[in-house]
Amino acid sequence: MHEVSLAGGVIRLVEDALAREPRVRVKRVVLAVGALAGVEVRALRFALDALAPGSVLAGAAIEIDEVAGRAWCLNCAANVAIHSRLDDCPQCGGRWLQPNGGTELSVRELIVEDLPDAPDASAHQEPASCASSAAVISVH
Amino acid sequence: MCVVCGCHQRPLSPAGAATPAALDGLSFVAEAPAAGVAAPAAAPRDLHYGRNPAGVSVPGLDAERAIHLETRVLAANDRVAAANRQAFAQRGVLCLNLVSSPGSGKTTLLVETIRRLQADGRLRAAVIEGDQQTTNDADRIRATGAPAVQVNTGKGCHLDAEMVAEAWCGLEGGAPQLLFVENVGNLVCPAMWDLGEAAKVAILSVTEGEDKPLKYPDMFAAAQLMLLNKCDLLPHLRFDVATALAAARRVNPDIEIIELSAFGGEGFERWLQWLAARQAAV
Repeated sequence: MHEVSLAGGVIRLVEDALAREPRVRVKRVVLAVGALAGVEVRALRFALDALAPGSVLAGAAIEIDEVAGRAWCLNCAANVAIHSRLDDCPQCGGRWLQPNGGTELSVRELIVEDLPDAPDASAHQEPASCASSAAVISVH
Repeated sequence: MCVVCGCHQRPLSPAGAATPAALDGLSFVAEAPAAGVAAPAAAPRDLHYGRNPAGVSVPGLDAERAIHLETRVLAANDRVAAANRQAFAQRGVLCLNLVSSPGSGKTTLLVETIRRLQADGRLRAAVIEGDQQTTNDADRIRATGAPAVQVNTGKGCHLDAEMVAEAWCGLEGGAPQLLFVENVGNLVCPAMWDLGEAAKVAILSVTEGEDKPLKYPDMFAAAQLMLLNKCDLLPHLRFDVATALAAARRVNPDIEIIELSAFGGEGFERWLQWLAARQAAV
């Protein structure tokens, strides 16, 4: 379950980013997880859901973009799509592939909104979290 | 900053562009809790425009905005790993990250390696031992006279660069020429964490399955060298060496492979020569 460590890394990264942006709330965080990154997306989502309450990601929608794997085939001298490190080249069946895409695990962006000014804060202490239909992000 | 009202300008990102302009600057006091789910009937859906810092509502501009990060999740670890790598290079230390499943013989291999290096007076070695619990492995290394620091991760499944940095500071006896980091026995998680090593060395023993590189491809793809250990047991096992080597090369065509037994033989000398050649290149 190294995904728990990775989820902790995501939260730390967001905390660092928000240190430069005081008085905002995270509505959505967008991650990119490559097919060859060695990360199980379901486990990462589970870990983030478990760690989010009480953190900077509390109430934030978590969006995970799954990036397809790509590799350079030494036989065809072309970039091809692969799903795992065990795949053969889909064009020529060759096995000499060098993965060159879909190995990333990164935080792409944060969608944040400003927190209301202090006197208005009580009016916003409602249980639900989305500010408008634009903020309703489907969580799979 | 928006030139109209002083609020934050909406970014030109796909996410920002998806925001309907008509709703900018508008917030509901009680809101729909999730996609497509209607708010409870009792919740008042009062509308409050202009709750952004500027206090005004301007169509097309809102308080919501995107912060582009494009930052690797492991960037913090990788910064520490880079500092470790630099510290090792400055002191002429070859650091190797030994990874395998539990029971592949990592510690026995290290003990024998250190013993032979000491006998030849060749290279001075030190060890950082990673486990969840106990100091058994570090105790075995210290019994050879080589310095060792045990890092117990508790419930953790891998070592990270910070643990290695701290353990490195705790090593006694000055900078060694060889620093072995014996990672937690686990063929999954340690593949992702750079510790600042010159190379990952994967150990596969012949008492495991030949297809292990196919089952755990990330680890064997990350390793520069694979040691096929316990080869002295081959006469007693149904283990096809060619199949295992083909599996390793399938996930990593460039991987170097040495067949050996921790109890000696021809392969062990090749391993010592590999270490000497890599150390000389530091």
